[in-house]
Amino acid sequence: MHSLLPLPFFHVWAYLQTQPLLGLTVTICVWEGALLIDRWAGHLALTNPTVLSIIILAALLLSTHTSYQAYFTGAVYIHFLLGPATVALAVPMYANWPAIKQNFVAIIVSLTTGSMLTATSAMLIARALGAPKVVVISLGPKSVTTPIAMGIAQNLGGQPPLTAVFVMVTAMFGTLVCTGVFRLARVEDWRARGLAAGTVAHGLATSRMLILNQTAGAFGGLAIGLNGIITSLALPLIVSIFGF
Amino acid sequence: MVRAFMVLLLCQLAGTIIQQASGLPVPGPVLGLVMLLVYLIRTGGPSPHLRDTANGFLKNLGLLFVPAGVGVVTELKELRDNALAISMGIVVSTLLGLVVTGVLMNWLAKKNLEPENA
Repeated sequence: MHSLLPLPFFHVWAYLQTQPLLGLTVTICVWEGALLIDRWAGHLALTNPTVLSIIILAALLLSTHTSYQAYFTGAVYIHFLLGPATVALAVPMYANWPAIKQNFVAIIVSLTTGSMLTATSAMLIARALGAPKVVVISLGPKSVTTPIAMGIAQNLGGQPPLTAVFVMVTAMFGTLVCTGVFRLARVEDWRARGLAAGTVAHGLATSRMLILNQTAGAFGGLAIGLNGIITSLALPLIVSIFGF
Repeated sequence: MVRAFMVLLLCQLAGTIIQQASGLPVPGPVLGLVMLLVYLIRTGGPSPHLRDTANGFLKNLGLLFVPAGVGVVTELKELRDNALAISMGIVVSTLLGLVVTGVLMNWLAKKNLEPENA
């Protein structure tokens, strides 16, 4: 499409592709638009603003033949903030500290078992169905909140963008099914529901729990942080034990 | 606000230095999270500035995933070629994780309460 542009515009376009301004501005504009769409649709699991923004931006890149590297020149300024945001998770974890202390053993046992089982089963199933190593490894941290999950994938030789997609799909699926699953499995305790939702489907499911019950929301929040820590410690072991 | 940002960055920096020096498989920012959590527990909680800055970050967390997520354009072939393996892996493991975590916690947390009820 570049060749269809009049020459001066082509120069402007070529210039902007080497600068951070365009990628950064477009990302923020698309995000604000996605927030509007999500509010208008009534916060459905499918109109999650992160998912919407990624779909819209990916479509823009593909349709304008813009490389991801050119886009990332600008988007890196947003991406960088994932680090301090991960550290910031300590603040809500501290707020839930009394609840963690009260049920410490129950939380650690349930969360570690569930988290290891979900990671191992995902990787075993994907490998059995013929997925290559990079896909299998990238699936491992899919239940961990995105900034931590991408860090884990990077350290283990996975592809962080693949992990980001898997994390998002897991969150959407988990959020859609969690209420029904809890009813079928007779999980009636709100602390247990929140913990399970936060452990397996992190932020998105936790925000759904928060709407249903305050305690469930608090336990979901602490599960997000704890699962991030536990998975970063345990996943390297699982990967070497099963030889992924 | 700048001071709170400094605290977050210093924790991340310290975590990253420890990670790089020790070769631990835990991401640097996660070590920073643990350090900040320990600090908060020892000092009795965050300052209002730190709390507001942290909550500001977390309220907009969804935006911060977008640049990495758009990286999916470089992985479309990988996703298409492994669509079945990926979707089966995610569906089964998510159901399994929800049931096991929920049932265990449902059982253990109740046990925890029993002494108080007795």
